[in-house]
Amino acid sequence: MSRIAGRFEQLKARGRKALIPFVTAGDPNPQVTLPLMHAMAEAGADLIELGVPFSDPMADGPVIQRASERALMHHLTLHQVLDMVRAFREQDDATPVLLMGYLNPIEAMGYAAFAEAAAGAGVDGVLTVDLPPEEGEEFLAEAAKRAIDPIFLLSPTTTRARMQRVCEHASGFIYYVSVKGITGAANLAIDEVAAKVAGIRGLTELPVGVGFGIRDAESARAVAQVADAVIVGSALVTRVEALAERPDAIPGEIAAILASMRKAMDRE
Amino acid sequence: MPTTDKIDFKQMPDGRGHFGPYGGMFVAETLMGPLEELREAYAKYLEDPEFLAELDADLQHYVGRPSPIYHAERWSRDLGGAQLLLKREDLNHTGAHKVNNTIGQALLAKRMGKTRIIAETGAGQHGVATATVAARLGLKCIVYMGSVDMARQEANVYRMRLLGAEVAAVQSGSKTLKDALNEAMRDWVTNIDDTFYIIGTVAGPHPYPAMVRDFQSVIGREAREQMQRQTGRLPDALVACVGGGSNAIGLFHPFLDDTAVQIYGVEAAGDGLDTGRHAAPLCAGRAGVLHGNRTYLMEDGDGQIIETHSISAGLDYPGVGPEHAWLKDIGRANYVAVTDDEALAAFHTLTRTEGIIPALESSHALAYAAKLAREMRPEQQILINLSGRGDKDMHTVAAREGIEL
Repeated sequence: MSRIAGRFEQLKARGRKALIPFVTAGDPNPQVTLPLMHAMAEAGADLIELGVPFSDPMADGPVIQRASERALMHHLTLHQVLDMVRAFREQDDATPVLLMGYLNPIEAMGYAAFAEAAAGAGVDGVLTVDLPPEEGEEFLAEAAKRAIDPIFLLSPTTTRARMQRVCEHASGFIYYVSVKGITGAANLAIDEVAAKVAGIRGLTELPVGVGFGIRDAESARAVAQVADAVIVGSALVTRVEALAERPDAIPGEIAAILASMRKAMDRE
Repeated sequence: MPTTDKIDFKQMPDGRGHFGPYGGMFVAETLMGPLEELREAYAKYLEDPEFLAELDADLQHYVGRPSPIYHAERWSRDLGGAQLLLKREDLNHTGAHKVNNTIGQALLAKRMGKTRIIAETGAGQHGVATATVAARLGLKCIVYMGSVDMARQEANVYRMRLLGAEVAAVQSGSKTLKDALNEAMRDWVTNIDDTFYIIGTVAGPHPYPAMVRDFQSVIGREAREQMQRQTGRLPDALVACVGGGSNAIGLFHPFLDDTAVQIYGVEAAGDGLDTGRHAAPLCAGRAGVLHGNRTYLMEDGDGQIIETHSISAGLDYPGVGPEHAWLKDIGRANYVAVTDDEALAAFHTLTRTEGIIPALESSHALAYAAKLAREMRPEQQILINLSGRGDKDMHTVAAREGIEL
């Protein structure tokens, strides 16, 4: 069983929902990322989603675009991101790590070489924003060989027939994008999300996570009541940006936000 | 490598937008549904006589088509080689080939019930052509433009605003065309219900490369007939500049089956291919994925897109249409590059010998055609796509020569 599947089983047994923080690797500098990952795991993150910076993040809003730009000022490469995961694994063998990014850096490395290096570093899942399953045959085959879970997005514009097709290719969990738009977009409508998630559950046994538009402890709690996982990105990255000049403070402050979300999600 | 004589070029791309290994739909999930809706609508109206009649009427009465083919006799004589003929897309309404496509997509938007048009622009030509058709059809129009490009092309920014469009400054990344495209995609994803995205070139996800090619192919269809009527035969060679590649594919596509016709696409070598400061992905880049399709790109070893350079803002783009990538690989078209200096020299030559001021983009095609002509015989013919007029480039050329206007 993959680390991601195992983690969702444990959570289910304990009646808890997953909290998945997203941060961009190397933001605001490469030294922050490893202590930040450990701090997040300690504060109650069940999986960690690590953004791989890209020069042209087409699906991201201004907050995560700027995070990519800050990381790329340090010329952060995909190889270095994998090194960060490898270093994380030296102390934490339990928390699943998921990479989120765009296809071109993976293409540049080569699918087979990437899958091998990622698996070797201890990466559990890969979410490639601009690789729908229709274009992903070769990549999916390489990921499967190395037991890496391909994570796919579903959105409010995804038709029922497409949902079915995407679910067939996905493993780990399904990532439901709660709003039409880019990361960091406006507030989500929880009733609509609940209905969509219920619809997805009819198509797959996989856990369903919800991301986009989760800003604080209360919205995290609301989503936890209708989904298996709460994914929070821009709200954290905004805080990282505010602390860019005081990077030592980042792990502690992000951990505090996650702890408050964790507490709200677990409240009876 | 496949042999070209077995390929049915009219059947390309395949159902999911692939030209061999290139093209496709590399987009976030939220866009898959809207792209499918667009693909279906486009397929439907492509067969709809009423739509096609409206398009033809607009191309004739609003754009001023057909555009003539002009024999540049003086210039040909000076070079002493092949005869040079110009397909005069510079004479279109708004001064370039761009409007052929914006008319088509805007008519499609109207039929799909979309009320809001968005576009990206580099030099501003596509932005102006989009703002123009939006004004005529009474559609709301937002044009995304990198802030660096806005400073370089103030006159076009003003033209778009006069036409009623909102010009949104893009401050992310390199603040040029590629970032404007990213920003337009983000807008589209956010406002999918009422918004139609008019992409200006043969790049982007399927169906854009095929759709824009089809709308621009009016150039090659006319040219093929005009050449036969005016000169009694097809040209020996075609030459067009390639940024994203829409004017080039528009000219080339109807000639792809005519295997005796040599095809040359001319990229921007900027300061020179060996300097790294250029915009020539087909000549000096490698395959990758950007803006929804797989194609040749300007990228570093880690797959990050790098900044491009060309004197012509319209060629200053790190990717290229996927059909060009494929035509290069199968050997049906040749891709070459000319430098800023060579393009500028051709700009002056055409202006002085023929009384036609070409766009700096088109000047790249002219520069290569002049080289080619010298190696050919006077009874041979080269057809060049004069894709736009040079009025917009007055400030760039003057500044380059130390003149303040």
